[in-house]
Amino acid sequence: MSKPHLLRPALFAGAACLALAGVAQAQEPIRIGVIGEESAVAGASITKAAQMAADDINAKGGIAGRKVEVITYDNHSSAADGVRAFQRAVSQDHVVGVIATYISEVALAIEPWSARLHMPFITTGAASNEISKQVHKDYDHFKYTFHGWLTSAFIAQSICDAQHDLLVTGLHMKTAVIMSEDAAWTTPLDERYMDCLPKAGLQVLDHIRFNPDTTDFTPIFRQIEAKNPDVIVTGISHVGVQPTVQWRDQQVPIPMVGQSSQATTSTFWKDTNGAANGVVTASAATPGVALTETTIPFTEAYQKRFGDSPSYTGYTTYDAVHYLAEAVGRAGSNDPDKVVAEMEKTNYLGTVGRIQFYGKDDPFTHALKYGPGLVTGVTFQWQDGKQVTLWPADKANGKLQFPPFVKTQHAAN
Amino acid sequence: MLALQILIDGFAISALYALGAVGFTLLFGVSGVLNLSHGAIVVVAALIGWAAASILGTYLGNLVGVLAALAAAYATYFAVVRPIQRSPAIPREETEIFVLTGTLLWSIMIQVGAAWWFTDNPVTIRPLIAGVVNIVGVRTPANEVMIAVLCWVVIGLLWLLVNRTRAGRALLAAAINPRGLVLLGFELDSIYLLVWTIYGVLAGIAGVLLASFLGVGTNNIGQLTASAFSIVVMGGLGSVSGSLVAAFVVGYLETLTAYLVAPTLRPVPALLLLVLVVYVRPQGLLGRR
Repeated sequence: MSKPHLLRPALFAGAACLALAGVAQAQEPIRIGVIGEESAVAGASITKAAQMAADDINAKGGIAGRKVEVITYDNHSSAADGVRAFQRAVSQDHVVGVIATYISEVALAIEPWSARLHMPFITTGAASNEISKQVHKDYDHFKYTFHGWLTSAFIAQSICDAQHDLLVTGLHMKTAVIMSEDAAWTTPLDERYMDCLPKAGLQVLDHIRFNPDTTDFTPIFRQIEAKNPDVIVTGISHVGVQPTVQWRDQQVPIPMVGQSSQATTSTFWKDTNGAANGVVTASAATPGVALTETTIPFTEAYQKRFGDSPSYTGYTTYDAVHYLAEAVGRAGSNDPDKVVAEMEKTNYLGTVGRIQFYGKDDPFTHALKYGPGLVTGVTFQWQDGKQVTLWPADKANGKLQFPPFVKTQHAAN
Repeated sequence: MLALQILIDGFAISALYALGAVGFTLLFGVSGVLNLSHGAIVVVAALIGWAAASILGTYLGNLVGVLAALAAAYATYFAVVRPIQRSPAIPREETEIFVLTGTLLWSIMIQVGAAWWFTDNPVTIRPLIAGVVNIVGVRTPANEVMIAVLCWVVIGLLWLLVNRTRAGRALLAAAINPRGLVLLGFELDSIYLLVWTIYGVLAGIAGVLLASFLGVGTNNIGQLTASAFSIVVMGGLGSVSGSLVAAFVVGYLETLTAYLVAPTLRPVPALLLLVLVVYVRPQGLLGRR
C-alpha cells in the first residue's frame, strides 16, 4: 500500500505538468512560414493556397487542439530575399516549419539555412534534382529539407510516359526537338528527356537551351522548323507567355508539349489572349478532374475565393500545409527532429495523389514518391479556354486537339 | 531564304526600336532631359492597354494604352523632372545628374508598383491583324508587317510635325538656342509640354505595338531603357536621324546574331559596337556635339 501512496503525488504532479503543457499547446498555434513569389504567375498560388489550407484546418478544429497559423513572405523571385525571409520566419516569427518557392535557385539557397537552423523546410514548386540529392549525400545535416513537388527527373519521366501514350501510340510521331529555358531545374529535366524520349519512341533531333531573358523567339522557332520534328518538347517556367503567343502569331506548324509551368493556371489563357489554345503541359492536377476526393473541392473553393484556378504550386502547397501540420501534431511538439521523423512517415491523401517521401537510402531522399497510386502528375491541353486532361488515361476527360495551323498528319506518313 | 528571313524580322524590330528611340532623343534634344523612366512608360502603355483591351476590345484598348503612357509622361514631367529643374536648392550644373537619378528612381517605383499590381509576367495585346502572309516564301505574321508600316507612318508624321508646323519649328529652335527663343517671345514651358506630349504618345505607341508583337512585362523595363539609351548614344544624343540609323544598325545586328550565332547572345555585339562608337566617335554616328 505504501508504494502507490508514495507514487501518487509524483504521478499527480506529472499529470498536472502534462495537462498544463497540453493547455499551453492548445493555446499556442502551429505557426508555418510560407514564402511565395507574389509577382510571378506560378509562385503567386503558394501563399494563397497555404492560407486556404490553414482556414480549412482551423474550421475543422485545428490539429490536436492547436490552430494553424500561416505567416506569409514574398521573396520577389530572389534567392537573397528568400533566405532573408527564411531567417526572419525562424528567428523572429518562431515558426515550426517553412513552405517555400517554385524557383529551384531559391530553394537551393534556402536549403543550407534549413540545415544550419534545424528548421523543417518543404519546397512545393521547385524541381531541381539537387534539392533531394543533397539530403541523400549528407542526411544528418540536410534531413530538414523535403521536396513537396516532383523532381525534374520525375517530371521529365511523367512527360515521356504521357507523350508515349498520346503522341507515339496515338499519332505515330517519331521525332522531337527539346526547347528549354536555361535554369537550374531544366538541367536534370533535359538530361532525363535525352534519356527517356528515345525510349518513349521520340528521336531527339536537336536540343535547344535559351536564355530566360529572351523576348523574340522567332529565330529559335526557325531553327527548330529547319529540323522538321514532329513535336517540340518544352521545359519552361520563368518564360511562358512570349513563346506561346509568338508560336500562335507566327503559326509555327509544330505542336508544343512538355512542361510549361505558367500554363498551369487559368490566368495564362488571359495573359496570352487565348494563344495557349493547343498547348500541352504537365501539371500537378487540373480543375474538374478528381485525382483524389479533395482535388475538386479545393480547386472550386480556390477559384471562388481568388477568381483564377491555382497553378501547380497551389495544389502542392495546400497539401503541404496539411501534412506538415499533421506531422507536428503527431510529433506532439515543435522539436524539429521529431517533426522530421514524423514527416518521413507521411502517408497523406492530398489533392495531387497519395503523398509519401523517399527514404534515407534512396538517391532522391525526401522527394515525393512518383508512380501510379502515388503522385504521377497529369498532362492536359488548353482547348478553347479550358484545361482538358489527357493523361493518365483513367483521368482523361478529352482528346488531343490542335489548332488548324499545327500539322500533325505528316507524322503518320 | 535565311537572308530574307533576317531582312524581314530585322526590319520589324528595327522599326519598333526607332519609334521608341525617336521620342527619347527628341526629349533630350529639346529639353536636355535624359529620361531613365523611358522603359517604365513604355511598359505602362502595354500593361494598361492589355488590361483595357480585355474590357473595351483591342482597338480601344490600344488607345487607352497610349493615353496611359501620355499620362505617365506628364506625371514624370510634373512630379519628377520639373520640380528638380526648378528647385533653387539644386545647383544649375547638377540638374542633369539629379534628373537622371530622379527618373531612374521613378522608373523603379513604377516597376515595383506595376509588378505588384499586374504580376511581372509579360502581357500580350491581341494583334490588330491576325494570320500570316507569305513574303517570297517567308511565313510572316501580318501583324509584324503592319507594325513596321505603322512605325514608319508615325515617324513620317513626326517629321511633318517638326518641319512643317509652327509649333514644330519652335521645337527645333528650342533645341538649338532656347535663350533666343525666349527673347522672341516663346514660352519655353509650353514648348517643353509639347515635347513631353509628343514623347508620351510615341512611347505609348511603341509600348502597345511591342505588346502585340513580342509581349512585354515589368521585367523588360531596364532592358527597354538601356536599348533606347544605347541607340540614342550611338546615333548621337539629340539627333533624330542619327537615332533612326542607329536603331536599324542595332536591330539588324541583333537579328543577325540571333539567327547566325545564338539567340542567347543577341544583345552582345550591339553593345560592343556601342563601346566602340563611344571610344572612336564620342559624338555618335550623326551627332552634332
